[in-house]
Amino acid sequence: MYLQDFEYFRPGSVEEACQLLFTYGFKAKAIAGGTDVLIKMKKDLLAPEVLVAIGQLPQLKNIEYIPGRGVVIGAGATHNDIQNSKVLHEKYLSVAEAAHQMANNQVRNLGTVGGNISNAVPSADMPPILIALDTTVKIVGTKGERTLLLEDVFTGPNQTVLEHDELITEFVIPDNGFTGSTYFKFGLRASGALAVVGVAAAVKMEGDVIKDARIVLGAVSPVPLRAKKAENFLKGKQAGGELFTEAGIMASHECRPISDIRASAEYRKDMVRVFTMRALDKAVNEGHV
Amino acid sequence: MANFVVDTDGIKRYLVNITVNGTKYTKMIKANSLLVNFLREDLDLTGTKRACEQGDCGACTVLLDGKPVNSCMVLTLSVDGREVTTVEGLAANAKLDILQEKFMEHSAPQCGFCAPGILMSAKALLMKNPHPTEHEVREAIAGNLCRCTGYVHYVEAILDAAASQ
Ligand SMILES: Cc1cc2nc3c(=O)[nH]c(=O)nc-3n(C[C@H](O)[C@H](O)[C@H](O)COP(=O)(O)OP(=O)(O)OC[C@H]3O[C@@H](n4cnc5c(N)ncnc54)[C@H](O)[C@@H]3O)c2cc1C
Ligand code: FES
Ligand code: FES
Repeated sequence: MYLQDFEYFRPGSVEEACQLLFTYGFKAKAIAGGTDVLIKMKKDLLAPEVLVAIGQLPQLKNIEYIPGRGVVIGAGATHNDIQNSKVLHEKYLSVAEAAHQMANNQVRNLGTVGGNISNAVPSADMPPILIALDTTVKIVGTKGERTLLLEDVFTGPNQTVLEHDELITEFVIPDNGFTGSTYFKFGLRASGALAVVGVAAAVKMEGDVIKDARIVLGAVSPVPLRAKKAENFLKGKQAGGELFTEAGIMASHECRPISDIRASAEYRKDMVRVFTMRALDKAVNEGHV
Repeated sequence: MANFVVDTDGIKRYLVNITVNGTKYTKMIKANSLLVNFLREDLDLTGTKRACEQGDCGACTVLLDGKPVNSCMVLTLSVDGREVTTVEGLAANAKLDILQEKFMEHSAPQCGFCAPGILMSAKALLMKNPHPTEHEVREAIAGNLCRCTGYVHYVEAILDAAASQ
């Protein structure tokens, strides 16, 4: 398989990259790990005349904890960078574990979290857990920068609020006091399979009372979906099996899955029920975020 | 950014410096060159295989700066200034790598098409983790599909190689 001809730029900074995207407009596409872009080009779903390579910009690579801000993850961090990050193992093991559930080792060495978010596929594995932890996104363009909640970035399948000259530079998981979180993925195989259903949960516990909760569902609606009714239902209640069962039923009523080659809508709904129950149990009882 | 010249069709050819198996190559390539094709067609290193060409099978696995990647999903230009190791780079001084020895000893491959990719995934694992568990071996080669074997002999061979180094 050969790719169509295009021009290639490797800018030295984010600003330069945005300028190139601005100059070439809709003819241009940013490429980070290339695991989505190049496959789309091979399948003739995309034919950019210009590729702007941002995968190796060192300023997009760091993962660190900044007191007062939270854990900062550069958009160019690969899934294996995240999976192996000491900072994340200490602070948010659930994020490292979610990255580990992606694809396979070779793809995780190439694919980036920025690409996973910007590509905006409903089954993507990183959005649910990051949204559950109230993650914010820094977006830089030729007209300046803005910060949004990750939750507000997605507008539809393959669609985000990003303007054509804008790039995500970093994700910040703020110190919001979650005591537990986790991501459950159901794929048809353990490796290299997209999520049929993904459920992330995050909780703030005080003793055994749930002070606050997030439930985020992947692959069951056009964009990652917060099960807000179930979240509200949990608030202020004593944690326990029956409560989780009920929250699971509520979440399964909230999602809007489709039937496709990988699973039927009914099956997905029922898996949301089961995984919400299990994710809540793990987030509450395993004692790590 | 790489220097380029424009050919008679108006298409840019970029200058790249890439180290493959310890040898430095300087080549002029088009932007659409994929690493797997560069290795096989420009450098005649046909040990790296091409199968699904969409990141699923791992036949094209090479090490990029020591990490396994699917070379069918890597633009050659993104490898400018970096180091690639292919299956041809495993043997040193006419001596096979211990993994290659053990693959033969255990009759791990059958048709062998997946073997170069599995060797590179296994090599990357042993460089990082000289004494992996069976589970770690299975995870390391989970991105390498084999249509002939049931992976059992591959896993045994890799564990044996780890024990024998
Ligand atoms: C075999 C295989 C298995 C896969 N398995 C999974 C899986 O299990 N789970 C899953 O979620 N995904 C999976 N994927 C999809 C893909 O690997 C991920 O979505 C990956 O994170 C994409 O990142 P990338 O850096 O390769 O993106 P690229 O292909 O480089 O870019 C993707 C899109 O994002 C844009 N972009 C990239 N970076 C930025 C940025 N910083 N700011 C703004 N826009 C940007 C690009 O312009 C492009 O539109 C798989 C892919 C393959 C080939
Ligand atoms: S040919 Fe590259 S992964 Fe299959
Ligand atoms: S030995 Fe034939 S594909 Fe693996």
